[in-house]
Amino acid sequence: MIKFATKRLIHATLLLIAVSFSSFALLQLAPGDFFDEMRRNPQVSMQTVNTLRTEYGLDQPLPVRYERWLRSVLKGHLGFSLASNSPVTPLLRKRACNTLLLSGTATTLAWLLALPIGIWAAVKRGGSADRIWGFATSTILTVPDLVLFLALLLLAVRTGWFPTGGMVSAGTDDFDAWGKAKDISFHLMLPAMGLALATIPVLIRHIRASMIEALESPFLRAARGHGIPRARLAFRYALPAASNPLVSLFGFSVATMLSASALAEVVLSWPGLGPLLVESILSRDVFVVVAIVMLSSLFLVAGNLIADLLLFASDPRIRTE
Amino acid sequence: MAGKTLKMDSETQFGAGGAESLVRIERLTKWYVQRRALTRAEFTVHALDDVSLTIYPGATLALVGESGAGKSTLGRCLALLEKPTSGEIWFEGKDLLKLDRKELFPIRRQIQMIFQDPASALNPGMTAGEIIAEPLAIHREGTNAQRRERARELMEQVGLPASAKDKRPLEFSGGQRQRLAIARALALEPKLIILDEALSSLDLANQELILKLLADLQVAHSLTYLHISHDLRLVSEFADEVAVMHDRRIVEQQPAAELFIRPRSRYTQGLLAAMPSLESICDGRLA
Amino acid sequence: MQTLLQVTDLSISYRSASTGRHHAAVSRANFEIAPGEVLGLMGESGCGKTSVALATLGLLSRDNAEVTGSITFRGENLLAMGEKALQRIRGAGISMVYQVPEIALSPVMRVGMQIAEVAHAHQQWDWKKCRDETHSILARVGLTPTERICSAYPHQLSGGQLQRVVLAQALICGPALVIADEPTASLDARSQADFIALLRELKQGLRISLLLISHTPEIQASLADRIIVMKDGEIVEEGSFDRVYWNPVHPYTRTLLRRDRETTRVHSEREHSADGELVWWRERL
Repeated sequence: MIKFATKRLIHATLLLIAVSFSSFALLQLAPGDFFDEMRRNPQVSMQTVNTLRTEYGLDQPLPVRYERWLRSVLKGHLGFSLASNSPVTPLLRKRACNTLLLSGTATTLAWLLALPIGIWAAVKRGGSADRIWGFATSTILTVPDLVLFLALLLLAVRTGWFPTGGMVSAGTDDFDAWGKAKDISFHLMLPAMGLALATIPVLIRHIRASMIEALESPFLRAARGHGIPRARLAFRYALPAASNPLVSLFGFSVATMLSASALAEVVLSWPGLGPLLVESILSRDVFVVVAIVMLSSLFLVAGNLIADLLLFASDPRIRTE
Repeated sequence: MAGKTLKMDSETQFGAGGAESLVRIERLTKWYVQRRALTRAEFTVHALDDVSLTIYPGATLALVGESGAGKSTLGRCLALLEKPTSGEIWFEGKDLLKLDRKELFPIRRQIQMIFQDPASALNPGMTAGEIIAEPLAIHREGTNAQRRERARELMEQVGLPASAKDKRPLEFSGGQRQRLAIARALALEPKLIILDEALSSLDLANQELILKLLADLQVAHSLTYLHISHDLRLVSEFADEVAVMHDRRIVEQQPAAELFIRPRSRYTQGLLAAMPSLESICDGRLA
Repeated sequence: MQTLLQVTDLSISYRSASTGRHHAAVSRANFEIAPGEVLGLMGESGCGKTSVALATLGLLSRDNAEVTGSITFRGENLLAMGEKALQRIRGAGISMVYQVPEIALSPVMRVGMQIAEVAHAHQQWDWKKCRDETHSILARVGLTPTERICSAYPHQLSGGQLQRVVLAQALICGPALVIADEPTASLDARSQADFIALLRELKQGLRISLLLISHTPEIQASLADRIIVMKDGEIVEEGSFDRVYWNPVHPYTRTLLRRDRETTRVHSEREHSADGELVWWRERL
């Protein structure tokens, strides 16, 4: 087991190095650097710009810059954000928490809704309920996420039921803890709903497909032949057997928790990693970009690991071979 | 079964007259490495352990044993579908495991295989005629028209109506599908046909019919058969010689008559003791 | 004595999904089973025997199967019952031992649990009692140590063991009738012999009727009191096993019982091996 853990750890580290280096390199390929914006400003002289450049080490070749960054990472500093003039780590931490709040809520919501619907559609397969859900999921799937979010935004604006952006209302500092929590949840509703809506159809289809396969398998008919009641058949016999692909799917949900919400955050103005990433790429804020990409990769690796471990724990065939 | 008498005499033509063996398997061993799920730790699976077997031309050798004993693996190695870890397979004086792809190609047609489940061994998207002609196409024999004609001939030989040549495998019954598989195996005029549990999925009546067909074909085309089966009772009806496999090894190989009357290994004795004949059971009821 | 199961004019036909035509699987079958009797049902695959078993338990899909006639169990017609009533009978009044145990058991549930579930579905026992009963039924079918078997998953047990597990599932609620569908088809020779010995032992010990579906004459000879022979959905012969074996009437019966060839005992030599006698008679064509 130790060997297994070390192997995975080494893989993860190598992956992170590769990812961070690629990000650095790709940003280098994009023309210009952070200070190009400043150059446009006639009040700032070329000399100032060049001095700033040297000061921040942006005139050094790529390998040198990468090596310096790597050394600083090993000391625990993720670098410096040129745009906000502050270290990356605290900036990232706040934004990452916001993103996790959003995607965590959305993922939980999505799974909580998709499971019963998927199971229901499978049990009543071929019937009218199943067909309705099939139609609904197809429709939502064909609508692009962007349109979905904009539609929700429109809904919020027209009806005034939901706040249309941001995470907190103005004057939030005057609220007490409970008030703050209520305020945030209120703002969370629209983006969480949007994100959940975008992911639910795929989940429903997968759950339905796995359940149908389990419901039509010989062992289920055999159990029915023993007089096991219908409800028990679905939950005690079919669902566990169907859970194998679903566990992997769940791991995938976890893995993409930092990345999938980017579009929703940008459109619905949720202050998470998504908007920050976009801004940083556009302004060539190199260290922020690399840090975000690496964090997402870390989540991906962790998500895969969680999926593998869950599968191991839940499927006895894998566990006890 | 017309045309086939079972040899009672242990001094048969097998080897006694210095006949050349068709196939000689020497010390075949096969193991392969698999990995456990999460830890990716390796573990070895042994499939064959130092197996030696001789098959003489024109004979019907049955390879019997429990599931997991290694019979199918041996059949697949002989059919060149798998590569053994060590050992030699001599076919008409050549060691097949030492030949390269080009040299092996013309020899492959001499050894054909028929599988247990004809439904999955035949391409469901092809018609019967196409299935039989496919080996000819692979070995680039004849023109399209000649291949079609040969397919028609073969269908007649195995007892399938010529009108069936445009049907797909799933439109046939189980017995007919197996006949189709046999016709395909005959297309390249092989010397050796390996039947891997080819009768197990058929019902009683079809088993009889296919056995009769195989016996007739054996005489007509000078074929040699290696029958892999777990059904010892069925084997007693047609085999000339029987080799018993247990736990990845061959524990006994004898002419059929000898084996069923005077089995030498304890394992075979145990197997036979566990299979009282129908007559003895019915006699016992009346007692 | 009242008959346990009475099948009258049973006809089953399937509607093919692709062609829409009806295909008759069973035509006007009539037979009965008395309490404590073993009735053997012989026939080739496709003759309708599995359909009869499935119809008895009400397991045929109502969409594509048409069933007429009556199957009376303890005086009630099973074909006229609703799902709830049938659920009570399945596993407790009539139970089935399935043909390929590897696929008749859930791969992700422990074997002991799957047996206990059957008990829990029918008896008013709590889980502890269900588990205790599971242990005792496993011991009864010869699967020991019961603790280890209970906590094992199907893929950890051999074919012979799994066949006994599905047998335990069928017996745990003490049914009056057990339907065994080709119970030894997936076993090798030795496991087959052991399983038949087990069935014979249970037949003497428990007062259970058995509908033994098998095309293998050796198995019927070892267990059946009476047999019926089915061909293409029709019953072509019926009677006590001894009568049918020594004096078969229908040519198909003769084929099934391997009585259609000349039997000459070629050699009959008795060999004494270390653990007993070995007798092998050859049937020669």
